[in-house]
Amino acid sequence: MNYDRYLNPDIAAVPPSGIRRFFDLASTMKDAISLGVGEPDFITPYHIRNAAINSIVDGETQYTPNRGLLSLRREIGWYLEHRYQTRYDPETEILVTVGASESIDVALRALIAPGDEVLVPEPSYVSYSPSVIFAGGRPVGVETTQETAFRLTPEKVRAAITPRTKALILPYPNNPTGAIMEKDDLEALAKVVRETGILVISDEIYSELTYGGLRHVSFASLPGMWDYTLTINGFSKSFAMTGWRVGYICGPAALIGVMNKIHQYGILCAPRQGQVAALEALRSGRERNYEDVVHMRESYDRRRRLMVEGFRGMGLECFEPLGAFYVFPSIRKTGLTSEEFCEGLLNAQKVACVPGTAFGPCGEGHIRCSYATAIDKLNIALDKMADFLATL
Amino acid sequence: MTKLDMDILEILREDCRLPLEKLAIMTGASIAEVAEAIDRMEKDRIILRYTPTINWDLTDRERVEAMIEVRVTPQRDMGFDAVAKRIYRFEEVKSVYLMSGSYDLLVLVEARTLKELAMFVSDKLSTLEMVTGTATSFVLKRYKEEGVIFDTEKSDNRLVITP
Repeated sequence: MNYDRYLNPDIAAVPPSGIRRFFDLASTMKDAISLGVGEPDFITPYHIRNAAINSIVDGETQYTPNRGLLSLRREIGWYLEHRYQTRYDPETEILVTVGASESIDVALRALIAPGDEVLVPEPSYVSYSPSVIFAGGRPVGVETTQETAFRLTPEKVRAAITPRTKALILPYPNNPTGAIMEKDDLEALAKVVRETGILVISDEIYSELTYGGLRHVSFASLPGMWDYTLTINGFSKSFAMTGWRVGYICGPAALIGVMNKIHQYGILCAPRQGQVAALEALRSGRERNYEDVVHMRESYDRRRRLMVEGFRGMGLECFEPLGAFYVFPSIRKTGLTSEEFCEGLLNAQKVACVPGTAFGPCGEGHIRCSYATAIDKLNIALDKMADFLATL
Repeated sequence: MTKLDMDILEILREDCRLPLEKLAIMTGASIAEVAEAIDRMEKDRIILRYTPTINWDLTDRERVEAMIEVRVTPQRDMGFDAVAKRIYRFEEVKSVYLMSGSYDLLVLVEARTLKELAMFVSDKLSTLEMVTGTATSFVLKRYKEEGVIFDTEKSDNRLVITP
Protein backbone atom coordinates (compact mmCIF):
# COMPACT_ATOMS: atom_id res chain seq x y z
CA MET A 1 0.00 0.00 0.00
CA ASN A 2 1.22 3.46 -0.82
CA TYR A 3 1.01 5.67 2.24
CA ASP A 4 2.17 8.87 0.58
CA ARG A 5 -1.28 10.43 0.58
CA TYR A 6 -1.48 9.96 4.35
CA LEU A 7 1.84 11.56 5.14
CA ASN A 8 2.42 15.27 5.61
CA PRO A 9 4.42 16.10 2.45
CA ASP A 10 6.47 18.79 4.25
CA ILE A 11 7.63 16.27 6.82
CA ALA A 12 8.14 13.45 4.32
CA ALA A 13 10.30 15.75 2.20
CA VAL A 14 12.88 16.28 4.96
CA PRO A 15 15.85 14.08 4.03
CA PRO A 16 17.11 11.56 6.58
CA SER A 17 20.25 12.56 8.48
CA GLY A 18 23.40 12.59 6.37
CA ILE A 19 25.16 10.37 8.85
CA ARG A 20 22.65 7.56 8.43
CA ARG A 21 24.39 6.03 5.42
CA PHE A 22 27.74 6.01 7.21
CA PHE A 23 26.19 4.50 10.24
CA ASP A 24 24.85 1.64 8.13
CA LEU A 25 28.21 1.15 6.41
CA ALA A 26 30.31 1.31 9.57
CA SER A 27 27.94 -0.89 11.56
CA THR A 28 28.66 -3.82 9.27
CA MET A 29 32.43 -3.62 9.83
CA LYS A 30 33.34 -5.51 12.92
CA ASP A 31 36.77 -4.10 13.69
CA ALA A 32 36.37 -0.56 12.40
CA ILE A 33 37.68 2.26 14.58
CA SER A 34 35.00 4.87 14.86
CA LEU A 35 35.78 8.56 15.17
CA GLY A 36 32.14 9.17 14.43
CA VAL A 37 30.77 8.92 17.93
CA GLY A 38 29.09 12.07 19.20
CA GLU A 39 29.04 11.13 22.85
CA PRO A 40 31.56 10.84 25.69
CA ASP A 41 33.59 7.64 26.09
CA PHE A 42 33.23 7.94 29.86
CA ILE A 43 30.37 6.23 31.56
CA THR A 44 28.29 8.19 34.05
CA PRO A 45 30.20 8.47 37.36
CA TYR A 46 29.20 5.76 39.84
CA HIS A 47 27.69 7.98 42.51
CA ILE A 48 25.32 9.44 39.91
CA ARG A 49 24.26 5.99 38.70
CA ASN A 50 23.83 4.89 42.29
CA ALA A 51 21.52 7.80 43.11
CA ALA A 52 19.17 6.60 40.36
CA ILE A 53 19.37 2.99 41.56
CA ASN A 54 18.48 4.04 45.08
CA SER A 55 15.51 6.03 43.90
CA ILE A 56 14.22 2.96 42.05
CA VAL A 57 14.73 0.75 45.09
CA ASP A 58 12.96 3.34 47.23
CA GLY A 59 9.94 3.16 44.96
CA GLU A 60 10.25 6.59 43.37
CA THR A 61 8.44 5.58 40.22
CA GLN A 62 5.84 8.30 39.80
CA TYR A 63 5.53 11.29 37.49
CA THR A 64 7.42 14.38 38.53
CA PRO A 65 5.99 17.90 38.18
CA ASN A 66 5.77 18.90 34.51
CA ARG A 67 8.60 21.37 34.80
CA GLY A 68 10.80 18.80 36.55
CA LEU A 69 11.63 18.12 40.20
CA LEU A 70 11.79 21.44 42.01
CA SER A 71 14.97 20.30 43.80
CA LEU A 72 16.59 19.73 40.41
CA ARG A 73 15.43 23.10 39.06
CA ARG A 74 16.88 24.77 42.14
CA GLU A 75 20.22 23.07 41.55
CA ILE A 76 20.11 24.10 37.89
CA GLY A 77 19.43 27.68 38.98
CA TRP A 78 22.38 27.62 41.38
CA TYR A 79 24.63 26.02 38.78
CA LEU A 80 23.85 28.53 36.04
CA GLU A 81 24.21 31.48 38.38
CA HIS A 82 27.55 30.39 39.79
CA ARG A 83 29.04 28.85 36.70
CA TYR A 84 27.78 31.18 33.96
CA GLN A 85 26.46 34.28 35.77
CA THR A 86 22.90 33.89 34.48
CA ARG A 87 19.98 33.96 36.92
CA TYR A 88 16.78 32.00 36.43
CA ASP A 89 13.89 31.52 38.82
CA PRO A 90 13.49 27.76 39.40
CA GLU A 91 9.71 28.16 39.78
CA THR A 92 8.95 29.89 36.49
CA GLU A 93 12.01 30.25 34.30
CA ILE A 94 13.43 26.72 34.09
CA LEU A 95 11.92 23.71 32.28
CA VAL A 96 13.46 20.25 32.51
CA THR A 97 13.08 18.32 29.25
CA VAL A 98 13.87 14.94 27.69
CA GLY A 99 17.42 15.79 26.73
CA ALA A 100 18.40 19.15 25.30
CA SER A 101 16.80 17.85 22.09
CA GLU A 102 13.30 18.32 23.49
CA SER A 103 14.28 21.80 24.62
CA ILE A 104 15.13 22.69 21.02
CA ASP A 105 11.85 21.22 19.85
CA VAL A 106 9.57 22.97 22.37
CA ALA A 107 11.38 26.27 21.89
CA LEU A 108 10.87 26.18 18.13
CA ARG A 109 7.27 25.04 18.40
CA ALA A 110 6.46 27.77 20.90
CA LEU A 111 8.00 30.50 18.75
CA ILE A 112 7.37 29.62 15.13
CA ALA A 113 4.23 30.61 13.28
CA PRO A 114 3.84 29.24 9.73
CA GLY A 115 6.44 30.79 7.45
CA ASP A 116 8.62 32.26 10.19
CA GLU A 117 12.33 32.07 9.63
CA VAL A 118 14.98 30.80 12.01
CA LEU A 119 18.67 31.42 11.41
CA VAL A 120 20.73 28.25 11.69
CA PRO A 121 24.53 28.57 11.58
CA GLU A 122 26.28 26.05 9.38
CA PRO A 123 27.96 23.72 9.89
CA SER A 124 26.08 22.72 13.02
CA TYR A 125 24.26 19.90 14.75
CA VAL A 126 22.09 17.93 12.36
CA SER A 127 18.69 18.42 13.95
CA TYR A 128 18.22 22.19 14.07
CA SER A 129 17.00 22.65 10.51
CA PRO A 130 14.65 19.63 10.48
CA SER A 131 13.24 20.75 13.84
CA VAL A 132 12.50 24.20 12.39
CA ILE A 133 10.70 22.55 9.47
CA PHE A 134 8.76 20.23 11.76
CA ALA A 135 7.62 23.31 13.67
CA GLY A 136 6.32 24.85 10.42
CA GLY A 137 9.14 27.33 9.97
CA ARG A 138 11.83 27.95 7.41
CA PRO A 139 15.46 27.38 8.39
CA VAL A 140 17.85 29.94 6.92
CA GLY A 141 21.48 28.82 6.90
CA VAL A 142 24.15 31.27 8.06
CA GLU A 143 27.53 30.18 6.84
CA THR A 144 30.56 30.05 9.11
CA THR A 145 33.98 29.33 7.70
CA GLN A 146 37.43 28.31 8.80
CA GLU A 147 38.67 31.83 7.96
CA THR A 148 36.66 33.21 10.89
CA ALA A 149 37.41 30.18 13.09
CA PHE A 150 33.85 28.96 12.43
CA ARG A 151 32.53 31.76 14.62
CA LEU A 152 29.31 33.50 13.74
CA THR A 153 29.97 37.00 12.42
CA PRO A 154 27.50 39.87 12.96
CA GLU A 155 27.70 40.79 9.27
CA LYS A 156 26.50 37.40 8.09
CA VAL A 157 23.73 37.29 10.70
CA ARG A 158 22.55 40.78 9.81
CA ALA A 159 22.52 39.94 6.12
CA ALA A 160 20.30 36.91 6.74
CA ILE A 161 17.69 38.75 8.82
CA THR A 162 14.34 39.50 7.12
CA PRO A 163 11.03 40.76 8.53
CA ARG A 164 10.08 37.10 9.03
CA THR A 165 13.13 36.24 11.18
CA LYS A 166 12.05 35.10 14.62
CA ALA A 167 15.14 33.69 16.13
CA LEU A 168 18.78 32.72 15.78
CA ILE A 169 20.14 29.40 16.99
CA LEU A 170 23.50 29.93 18.67
CA PRO A 171 25.20 26.53 18.97
CA TYR A 172 28.51 27.09 20.79
CA PRO A 173 30.76 25.30 21.71
CA ASN A 174 29.96 23.85 18.33
CA ASN A 175 29.36 20.37 17.04
CA PRO A 176 30.91 19.54 14.52
CA THR A 177 33.62 22.23 14.29
CA GLY A 178 34.69 22.51 17.93
CA ALA A 179 34.51 26.31 17.55
CA ILE A 180 33.63 28.56 20.47
CA MET A 181 32.42 32.15 20.68
CA GLU A 182 34.38 34.39 23.02
CA LYS A 183 32.95 37.36 24.84
CA ASP A 184 33.93 39.88 22.13
CA ASP A 185 32.29 37.76 19.45
CA LEU A 186 29.12 37.51 21.48
CA GLU A 187 29.06 41.23 22.17
CA ALA A 188 29.23 41.96 18.46
CA LEU A 189 26.28 39.65 18.02
CA ALA A 190 24.42 41.24 20.92
CA LYS A 191 24.52 44.52 19.04
CA VAL A 192 22.62 42.92 16.16
CA VAL A 193 20.11 41.41 18.57
CA ARG A 194 19.56 44.76 20.25
CA GLU A 195 18.95 46.48 16.92
CA THR A 196 16.72 43.85 15.35
CA GLY A 197 14.96 42.32 18.34
CA ILE A 198 15.38 38.71 17.21
CA LEU A 199 15.46 36.02 19.87
CA VAL A 200 18.52 33.87 20.49
CA ILE A 201 18.21 30.17 21.22
CA SER A 202 21.59 29.45 22.77
CA ASP A 203 22.37 25.73 22.79
CA GLU A 204 25.17 25.44 25.34
CA ILE A 205 25.22 21.66 25.77
CA TYR A 206 29.05 21.58 25.46
CA SER A 207 29.55 24.53 27.84
CA GLU A 208 31.78 22.56 30.22
CA LEU A 209 34.10 21.43 27.45
CA THR A 210 36.25 24.42 26.53
CA TYR A 211 40.04 24.41 26.32
CA GLY A 212 43.06 26.64 26.23
CA GLY A 213 42.11 28.27 29.53
CA LEU A 214 38.98 29.80 27.99
CA ARG A 215 35.75 29.54 29.97
CA HIS A 216 32.43 29.36 28.19
CA VAL A 217 30.50 32.64 28.13
CA SER A 218 26.74 32.34 28.28
CA PHE A 219 24.95 34.67 25.86
CA ALA A 220 22.28 35.55 28.44
CA SER A 221 24.99 36.87 30.79
CA LEU A 222 25.75 39.77 28.43
CA PRO A 223 24.21 43.13 29.38
CA GLY A 224 20.62 43.33 28.19
CA MET A 225 20.64 39.92 26.52
CA TRP A 226 18.80 37.93 29.18
CA ASP A 227 15.45 39.21 27.88
CA TYR A 228 16.22 38.00 24.35
CA THR A 229 17.73 34.62 25.17
CA LEU A 230 16.57 31.06 25.67
CA THR A 231 19.43 29.09 27.20
CA ILE A 232 19.54 25.35 26.54
CA ASN A 233 21.83 22.99 28.39
CA GLY A 234 21.84 19.46 29.74
CA PHE A 235 23.80 16.66 31.31
CA SER A 236 24.73 14.46 28.35
CA LYS A 237 28.12 15.91 27.47
CA SER A 238 29.35 17.52 30.68
CA PHE A 239 28.45 14.65 32.99
CA ALA A 240 28.61 11.78 30.46
CA MET A 241 24.87 11.13 30.74
CA THR A 242 23.66 10.82 27.13
CA GLY A 243 21.38 7.83 27.64
CA TRP A 244 19.57 9.38 30.61
CA ARG A 245 17.92 11.98 28.41
CA VAL A 246 17.83 15.00 30.67
CA GLY A 247 18.24 18.58 29.52
CA TYR A 248 16.71 21.95 30.29
CA ILE A 249 15.72 25.26 28.83
CA CYS A 250 15.72 28.57 30.68
CA GLY A 251 14.35 31.97 29.78
CA PRO A 252 11.71 34.59 30.48
CA ALA A 253 8.67 33.12 32.29
CA ALA A 254 6.28 34.19 29.52
CA LEU A 255 8.16 32.02 27.03
CA ILE A 256 8.96 29.09 29.31
CA GLY A 257 5.29 28.93 30.34
CA VAL A 258 4.19 28.34 26.74
CA MET A 259 6.92 25.74 26.23
CA ASN A 260 5.77 24.02 29.36
CA LYS A 261 2.29 23.80 27.83
CA ILE A 262 3.66 21.89 24.83
CA HIS A 263 5.82 19.75 27.10
CA GLN A 264 2.94 19.06 29.49
CA TYR A 265 0.56 17.86 26.76
CA GLY A 266 3.15 16.06 24.69
CA ILE A 267 5.61 14.56 27.16
CA LEU A 268 4.31 15.18 30.69
CA CYS A 269 7.70 15.05 32.34
CA ALA A 270 11.28 13.93 31.79
CA PRO A 271 11.97 10.45 33.24
CA ARG A 272 12.18 10.61 37.02
CA GLN A 273 15.32 8.50 37.41
CA GLY A 274 17.14 10.66 34.90
CA GLN A 275 16.17 13.72 36.92
CA VAL A 276 17.33 12.11 40.16
CA ALA A 277 20.67 11.28 38.54
CA ALA A 278 20.96 14.82 37.19
CA LEU A 279 20.24 16.20 40.64
CA GLU A 280 23.07 14.12 42.09
CA ALA A 281 25.40 15.26 39.27
CA LEU A 282 24.82 18.92 40.12
CA ARG A 283 24.73 18.51 43.90
CA SER A 284 27.94 16.51 44.05
CA GLY A 285 29.50 18.82 41.47
CA ARG A 286 28.73 21.82 43.64
CA GLU A 287 30.14 20.09 46.73
CA ARG A 288 33.26 18.70 45.05
CA ASN A 289 34.06 21.58 42.75
CA TYR A 290 32.99 19.62 39.63
CA GLU A 291 35.91 17.20 39.91
CA ASP A 292 34.30 14.65 37.56
CA VAL A 293 33.86 17.33 34.92
CA VAL A 294 37.41 18.64 35.36
CA HIS A 295 38.84 15.13 35.06
CA MET A 296 36.96 14.48 31.83
CA ARG A 297 37.83 17.87 30.36
CA GLU A 298 41.54 17.35 31.01
CA SER A 299 41.42 13.94 29.42
CA TYR A 300 39.66 15.33 26.32
CA ASP A 301 42.14 18.19 26.12
CA ARG A 302 45.13 15.82 25.88
CA ARG A 303 43.45 13.92 23.09
CA ARG A 304 42.43 17.14 21.35
CA ARG A 305 46.06 18.25 21.09
CA LEU A 306 47.04 14.82 19.82
CA MET A 307 44.46 14.93 17.04
CA VAL A 308 45.17 18.49 15.90
CA GLU A 309 48.92 17.83 15.71
CA GLY A 310 48.22 14.46 14.10
CA PHE A 311 46.29 16.02 11.23
CA ARG A 312 48.72 18.88 10.82
CA GLY A 313 51.54 16.36 10.73
CA MET A 314 49.81 14.69 7.77
CA GLY A 315 49.83 18.02 5.97
CA LEU A 316 46.11 18.63 6.42
CA GLU A 317 44.92 22.06 7.39
CA CYS A 318 43.35 21.73 10.83
CA PHE A 319 41.68 24.60 12.61
CA GLU A 320 42.27 24.45 16.36
CA PRO A 321 39.02 23.56 18.10
CA LEU A 322 38.60 25.15 21.52
CA GLY A 323 35.43 23.37 22.56
CA ALA A 324 33.36 20.16 22.48
CA PHE A 325 35.22 16.95 21.51
CA TYR A 326 35.56 17.19 17.76
CA VAL A 327 38.21 18.20 15.27
CA PHE A 328 37.15 19.38 11.85
CA PRO A 329 40.19 19.12 9.55
CA SER A 330 40.07 20.23 5.94
CA ILE A 331 40.54 17.47 3.36
CA ARG A 332 40.17 19.88 0.43
CA LYS A 333 43.74 19.36 -0.77
CA THR A 334 43.01 15.71 -1.52
CA GLY A 335 40.61 16.79 -4.25
CA LEU A 336 37.96 14.46 -2.86
CA THR A 337 34.58 15.51 -1.55
CA SER A 338 33.90 14.91 2.14
CA GLU A 339 31.67 11.97 1.29
CA GLU A 340 34.22 10.39 -1.04
CA PHE A 341 36.96 10.84 1.52
CA CYS A 342 35.00 9.28 4.37
CA GLU A 343 33.77 6.41 2.28
CA GLY A 344 37.24 5.71 0.88
CA LEU A 345 38.79 5.87 4.34
CA LEU A 346 36.22 3.53 5.77
CA ASN A 347 36.59 0.99 2.98
CA ALA A 348 40.38 1.11 2.76
CA GLN A 349 41.39 1.54 6.40
CA LYS A 350 38.26 0.81 8.41
CA VAL A 351 38.27 4.19 10.11
CA ALA A 352 34.88 5.88 10.36
CA CYS A 353 34.51 9.68 10.30
CA VAL A 354 31.53 11.83 9.45
CA PRO A 355 31.57 13.95 6.26
CA GLY A 356 31.30 17.67 6.99
CA THR A 357 28.35 17.95 4.62
CA ALA A 358 26.19 16.04 7.12
CA PHE A 359 26.20 19.31 9.10
CA GLY A 360 25.25 21.63 6.24
CA PRO A 361 26.49 22.29 2.71
CA CYS A 362 29.33 24.55 3.87
CA GLY A 363 30.83 21.59 5.73
CA GLU A 364 32.07 20.41 2.32
CA GLY A 365 35.83 19.91 2.32
CA HIS A 366 35.90 18.93 5.98
CA ILE A 367 35.43 15.79 8.05
CA ARG A 368 34.32 15.54 11.65
CA CYS A 369 36.46 13.37 13.90
CA SER A 370 35.41 12.79 17.48
CA TYR A 371 38.25 12.26 19.93
CA ALA A 372 36.03 10.80 22.63
CA THR A 373 37.89 7.52 22.12
CA ALA A 374 40.82 5.78 23.86
CA ILE A 375 44.28 7.21 23.10
CA ASP A 376 45.66 3.98 21.62
CA LYS A 377 42.75 3.84 19.18
CA LEU A 378 43.21 7.49 18.24
CA ASN A 379 46.86 6.84 17.47
CA ILE A 380 46.02 3.83 15.33
CA ALA A 381 43.32 5.81 13.54
CA LEU A 382 45.78 8.66 12.85
CA ASP A 383 48.33 6.21 11.43
CA LYS A 384 45.70 4.63 9.22
CA MET A 385 44.54 8.00 7.97
CA ALA A 386 48.12 8.90 7.09
CA ASP A 387 48.36 5.61 5.18
CA PHE A 388 45.13 6.41 3.37
CA LEU A 389 46.36 9.89 2.43
CA ALA A 390 49.56 8.37 1.04
CA THR A 391 47.54 6.26 -1.41
CA LEU A 392 45.68 9.24 -2.87
CA MET B 1 55.20 17.19 41.78
CA THR B 2 53.96 19.55 39.10
CA LYS B 3 50.77 19.49 37.03
CA LEU B 4 52.92 18.31 34.12
CA ASP B 5 54.20 15.36 36.21
CA MET B 6 50.65 14.30 37.02
CA ASP B 7 49.53 14.68 33.39
CA ILE B 8 52.44 12.53 32.21
CA LEU B 9 51.70 9.84 34.80
CA GLU B 10 48.05 9.74 33.82
CA ILE B 11 48.89 9.34 30.14
CA LEU B 12 51.65 6.74 30.72
CA ARG B 13 49.38 4.71 32.94
CA GLU B 14 47.08 4.31 29.96
CA ASP B 15 49.78 3.77 27.33
CA CYS B 16 53.46 3.78 28.27
CA ARG B 17 54.66 3.28 24.70
CA LEU B 18 53.78 6.79 23.59
CA PRO B 19 56.85 8.60 22.26
CA LEU B 20 58.08 11.83 23.86
CA GLU B 21 56.79 13.89 20.92
CA LYS B 22 53.24 12.73 21.51
CA LEU B 23 53.50 13.24 25.27
CA ALA B 24 54.69 16.77 24.58
CA ILE B 25 51.78 17.45 22.24
CA MET B 26 49.23 16.07 24.66
CA THR B 27 50.52 17.96 27.67
CA GLY B 28 51.33 21.17 25.84
CA ALA B 29 54.90 21.12 27.13
CA SER B 30 58.12 20.93 25.13
CA ILE B 31 59.83 17.62 24.42
CA ALA B 32 62.74 18.70 26.63
CA GLU B 33 60.41 19.48 29.54
CA VAL B 34 58.67 16.12 29.23
CA ALA B 35 61.99 14.27 29.01
CA GLU B 36 63.27 16.11 32.08
CA ALA B 37 60.11 15.32 34.06
CA ILE B 38 60.26 11.63 33.16
CA ASP B 39 63.97 11.38 33.99
CA ARG B 40 63.38 13.02 37.31
CA MET B 41 60.44 10.76 38.17
CA GLU B 42 62.49 7.71 37.21
CA LYS B 43 65.35 8.88 39.44
CA ASP B 44 62.95 9.61 42.28
CA ARG B 45 61.56 6.11 41.80
CA ILE B 46 58.08 7.46 41.12
CA ILE B 47 58.14 5.67 37.78
CA LEU B 48 59.63 2.24 38.43
CA ARG B 49 59.04 0.27 35.28
CA TYR B 50 57.18 0.24 31.95
CA THR B 51 55.37 -3.04 31.59
CA PRO B 52 52.42 -4.43 29.63
CA THR B 53 49.36 -5.86 31.33
CA ILE B 54 49.21 -9.45 30.09
CA ASN B 55 46.30 -11.83 30.08
CA TRP B 56 48.32 -15.01 30.74
CA ASP B 57 45.21 -17.13 30.58
CA LEU B 58 45.21 -16.69 26.81
CA THR B 59 48.83 -17.88 26.49
CA ASP B 60 50.27 -21.39 26.58
CA ARG B 61 52.18 -20.76 29.74
CA GLU B 62 51.37 -22.87 32.78
CA ARG B 63 50.96 -20.57 35.70
CA VAL B 64 49.45 -20.64 39.18
CA GLU B 65 48.87 -17.62 41.34
CA ALA B 66 47.97 -17.42 44.99
CA MET B 67 47.38 -14.80 47.62
CA ILE B 68 48.83 -15.75 50.97
CA GLU B 69 47.73 -14.09 54.16
CA VAL B 70 50.70 -14.20 56.52
CA ARG B 71 50.70 -13.60 60.23
CA VAL B 72 54.09 -12.68 61.66
CA THR B 73 55.78 -11.57 64.85
CA PRO B 74 57.08 -8.06 64.30
CA GLN B 75 60.71 -7.62 65.26
CA ARG B 76 62.11 -5.26 67.79
CA ASP B 77 63.23 -1.90 66.25
CA MET B 78 62.36 -2.99 62.76
CA GLY B 79 58.65 -3.75 62.97
CA PHE B 80 57.42 -5.56 59.90
CA ASP B 81 60.05 -4.29 57.47
CA ALA B 82 62.64 -6.96 58.19
CA VAL B 83 60.26 -9.84 57.73
CA ALA B 84 58.72 -8.24 54.64
CA LYS B 85 62.21 -7.96 53.20
CA ARG B 86 62.93 -11.62 53.86
CA ILE B 87 59.73 -12.54 52.05
CA TYR B 88 60.01 -10.23 49.03
CA ARG B 89 63.48 -11.57 48.24
CA PHE B 90 61.98 -14.87 47.10
CA GLU B 91 61.64 -14.79 43.33
CA GLU B 92 58.21 -16.48 43.46
CA VAL B 93 56.86 -13.46 45.29
CA LYS B 94 55.32 -10.84 43.00
CA SER B 95 53.94 -8.41 45.55
CA VAL B 96 54.01 -7.89 49.30
CA TYR B 97 51.75 -5.55 51.23
CA LEU B 98 51.49 -4.71 54.93
CA MET B 99 47.82 -4.90 55.81
CA SER B 100 45.51 -3.70 58.53
CA GLY B 101 43.05 -6.27 59.88
CA SER B 102 43.25 -9.89 60.90
CA TYR B 103 46.63 -10.69 59.33
CA ASP B 104 49.82 -8.75 58.71
CA LEU B 105 51.27 -9.31 55.26
CA LEU B 106 49.54 -10.09 51.99
CA VAL B 107 51.89 -11.97 49.68
CA LEU B 108 51.11 -12.51 46.00
CA VAL B 109 52.93 -15.51 44.67
CA GLU B 110 53.31 -16.92 41.19
CA ALA B 111 54.64 -20.36 40.24
CA ARG B 112 54.48 -22.71 37.27
CA THR B 113 52.58 -25.50 38.98
CA LEU B 114 50.45 -26.10 42.02
CA LYS B 115 53.15 -28.34 43.42
CA GLU B 116 55.81 -25.66 43.09
CA LEU B 117 53.59 -23.19 44.87
CA ALA B 118 52.78 -25.62 47.67
CA MET B 119 56.50 -26.26 48.11
CA PHE B 120 57.14 -22.55 48.37
CA VAL B 121 54.63 -22.18 51.19
CA SER B 122 55.68 -25.26 53.13
CA ASP B 123 59.46 -25.09 52.60
CA LYS B 124 60.26 -21.41 52.26
CA LEU B 125 57.56 -19.26 53.77
CA SER B 126 56.24 -21.25 56.74
CA THR B 127 59.70 -22.09 57.94
CA LEU B 128 60.72 -18.45 58.51
CA GLU B 129 60.97 -18.09 62.28
CA MET B 130 58.89 -14.89 62.47
CA VAL B 131 56.00 -16.36 60.47
CA THR B 132 53.34 -17.62 62.85
CA GLY B 133 50.71 -18.70 60.36
CA THR B 134 49.65 -18.62 56.68
CA ALA B 135 46.39 -18.98 54.77
CA THR B 136 46.74 -19.59 51.03
CA SER B 137 44.03 -18.74 48.49
CA PHE B 138 44.50 -19.69 44.84
CA VAL B 139 43.46 -17.38 42.04
CA LEU B 140 40.86 -19.13 39.91
CA LYS B 141 40.09 -16.45 37.37
CA ARG B 142 41.30 -12.94 36.75
CA TYR B 143 38.66 -10.39 35.84
CA LYS B 144 40.41 -7.07 36.08
CA GLU B 145 43.95 -5.90 36.77
CA GLU B 146 45.47 -2.42 36.85
CA GLY B 147 42.18 -1.00 35.67
CA VAL B 148 42.02 -3.29 32.64
CA ILE B 149 39.04 -5.60 32.28
CA PHE B 150 40.09 -9.00 30.88
CA ASP B 151 36.72 -9.90 29.46
CA THR B 152 37.02 -9.97 25.67
CA GLU B 153 33.43 -8.93 25.11
CA LYS B 154 32.83 -5.52 23.62
CA SER B 155 32.74 -3.02 26.45
CA ASP B 156 31.85 0.09 24.43
CA ASN B 157 28.08 0.26 24.26
CA ARG B 158 28.01 3.33 22.08
CA LEU B 159 26.56 3.33 18.57
CA VAL B 160 29.36 3.52 16.00
CA ILE B 161 28.22 6.87 14.62
CA THR B 162 26.00 9.38 16.37
CA PRO B 163 25.22 13.00 15.53
